[in-house]
Amino acid sequence: MPDVMTSSGRESPARPDALDRRLIVATQGGLPLVPRPYHALAERLGLSAEEVKARLARLLETDVIRRIGAVPNHYALGYVANGMSVWDVPDERVDALGEAVGRLPFVTHCYHRPRALPLWPYNLFAMVHGKSRAEVEAQAEQIAALLGADCRAHDVLYSSRILKKTGLRIGN
Amino acid sequence: MDEVDRAIINALQGGFPICDEPYREAAERLGLTEAALIARLEAMLAANTLTRFGPMYQIERMGGAFVLAALAVPEADYERTAEQVNALPEVAHNYRREHALNMWFVLATETPAGIAAAIAKIEGATGLKVHAFPKLKEYFVEMRLHA
Repeated sequence: MPDVMTSSGRESPARPDALDRRLIVATQGGLPLVPRPYHALAERLGLSAEEVKARLARLLETDVIRRIGAVPNHYALGYVANGMSVWDVPDERVDALGEAVGRLPFVTHCYHRPRALPLWPYNLFAMVHGKSRAEVEAQAEQIAALLGADCRAHDVLYSSRILKKTGLRIGN
Repeated sequence: MDEVDRAIINALQGGFPICDEPYREAAERLGLTEAALIARLEAMLAANTLTRFGPMYQIERMGGAFVLAALAVPEADYERTAEQVNALPEVAHNYRREHALNMWFVLATETPAGIAAAIAKIEGATGLKVHAFPKLKEYFVEMRLHA
């Protein structure tokens, strides 16, 4: 990749190149569980370990990698009640309300999404996780209280089975 | 899962070092040996306490797309439909939820055009309409959980 960085080191995030892509394909399923994992990757990819580390650091810096670490299974940690709470709020208020709901400590994801009328009137989605449904219901009540009269309808969809949880898989 | 496993999960949902011996460095912070940390990660992955250990990629930052989508699947066809949907590598996660829309999955593709192609494949395979709920705005995302 041509290096057009200025001496300040700041630049706009670059799209991953072909080598980054190979690194992503090699690590999307996980890091090797060996004492020198970046060396192991380097060997597999025909690169130097320095290059692998530098590229991963750059992908992390540019947020292509959100974080490196353990991805726990919610259920295994006791978070057996996983609720997708969904809310019908006025479109002109959704940003202010979404920011407020996203600040609640128990909300892990909060998004504005389109409705699919007539089947689906909800435009605000907030994921909440608890050790029981009662805990999730109490959390949903707190969201309802925060939304007040702006909440025209809501529902909580619990996940009752994980059908798949592999994460991102791009092709080779 | 014991207290050591919990400590590992709480400490290592991010910030895994990029250095020559990252497990050793992470293990030292936890008061463990490198071999013990690797063995515990292996065991937690095997037990599905962890679904993965490594980088979490944001495909949108790579020019790709993530889209939440749902199907209303007749109960009698549920298992077959789940197999058809899960067969696509573009399906990153899939959950059964209790609603008329009873199958909710996330499509992750390398290009925005890949989403429409994946939806067409799912509709072709299942004969069901895919309802797509692309995010219009993200207000908050925090994927760490306390063990």
